[in-house]
Amino acid sequence: MNAAAKEILDTFSEVPDSSKLELLLEFADSLPELPERYSDHPELLERVEECQSPVYLFVEVDDRVHIYLTAPQEAPTTRGFASILQLALDGQTPSAVLEFEDSFVNALGLTQLVSPLRIRGMHGMLNRIKRQTKEKLNAGNS
Amino acid sequence: MTFPVDTSPRFNQFAHGEALVSTEWVDANKGSKGLVIVECDEDILLYSTGHVPGAVKLDWHTELNDQVVRDYLTSEDMAKLLSSKGISREDTIVIYGDKSNWWATYAFWVLKLFGHEDVRIMDGGRAKWIAEGRELSKQTPEVIETSYPVVPRQDEKIRAYKEDVLKHFGKPLIDVRSPQEYSGERTHMPDYPDEGALRGGHIPTAASVPWAKAVNEDQTFRSIDELNQIYRLEAGINDAADVIAYCRIGERSSHTWFVLTYLLGIPKVRNYDGSWTEWGSAVRVPIVKGTEPGSIPQGY
Repeated sequence: MNAAAKEILDTFSEVPDSSKLELLLEFADSLPELPERYSDHPELLERVEECQSPVYLFVEVDDRVHIYLTAPQEAPTTRGFASILQLALDGQTPSAVLEFEDSFVNALGLTQLVSPLRIRGMHGMLNRIKRQTKEKLNAGNS
Repeated sequence: MTFPVDTSPRFNQFAHGEALVSTEWVDANKGSKGLVIVECDEDILLYSTGHVPGAVKLDWHTELNDQVVRDYLTSEDMAKLLSSKGISREDTIVIYGDKSNWWATYAFWVLKLFGHEDVRIMDGGRAKWIAEGRELSKQTPEVIETSYPVVPRQDEKIRAYKEDVLKHFGKPLIDVRSPQEYSGERTHMPDYPDEGALRGGHIPTAASVPWAKAVNEDQTFRSIDELNQIYRLEAGINDAADVIAYCRIGERSSHTWFVLTYLLGIPKVRNYDGSWTEWGSAVRVPIVKGTEPGSIPQGY
């Protein structure tokens, strides 16, 4: 697991369960705004259907993977998950993203605190990040 | 009723309009003795981003269910929970939440399993409060612990089990899920293992009325004429006095349960909380696929 992802897991494991939701909210608040090329062109973004709240993502691949995610303010849990994945994966190499452990999502220790559907939503975001990375990598190689 | 009702003329049209209060009413009465305001959201982080001043948070996911058996809290656990929220048996509880009060009505239904007399819903929920620019507070109120009594949970009036549904054929059933879930086209989400039901479709004879049909764009409840049109005419409830509603795990259907019970005034409405995650996996229960309700299965 990469250093950024490990640091996130450590942060979550260090706080008691009662503070984990507050921590998730801090991540939600730090989700970066979309760059203009996406905020002006929402059609470029892919909807993550697995999430109960509208969350959209776009992945760019050069020698590194760049991840853009957006979710509304009234969906802080979704924003928190998006923010965590963005921090864990943005700037990694394509192979590191494709090999990123799915177990990361469950290792956050949030499964008991948020509903199973939400955890599935986060898996959905991760799967779509990987799929877009693979598609763009293949397109670049062809 | 321990606290004066909201006399807004808008609520007079409903059978039990006293179960609703407006955002104005909450704004004017918040902080009063005998009134506890409770926020219950689908997104459990929302309360911390700002809430009605003085409101306490109820977490539907971690606080209302038994964490081992698929059931609601025991009477003892409910007494402990409500005591820790500073709620007394005589208090008026006003619940509001996100997503058109979806989870607020779920919490309402659970409180009614324990017979809390005076529970009301803030019409329009969290979204309307915010849209009107009313005050939001990030401060968690200091709660003075109460000693809520241990009261027996009474399931039979408002909760249906699978066995009750099997005996209910011939009386109205309402499926409040999305049309895709109703038809059986969707049993699980893309890229995901099945979320708990082995079969897709609906309970035979159930009418499809997605729960959110009951609300306006501003998340307030629709007028009685519109609700009568939707439920009594289109879904065929007519003058039936015994209705069961279900969804996937019983949360969306508690919204419809509230509408049928308090707004339309149907005498007996039960929420089948086992819902599709139970029915769609149960062995040898009848199921209908497609967009038609289907007929009463043979032998029932």
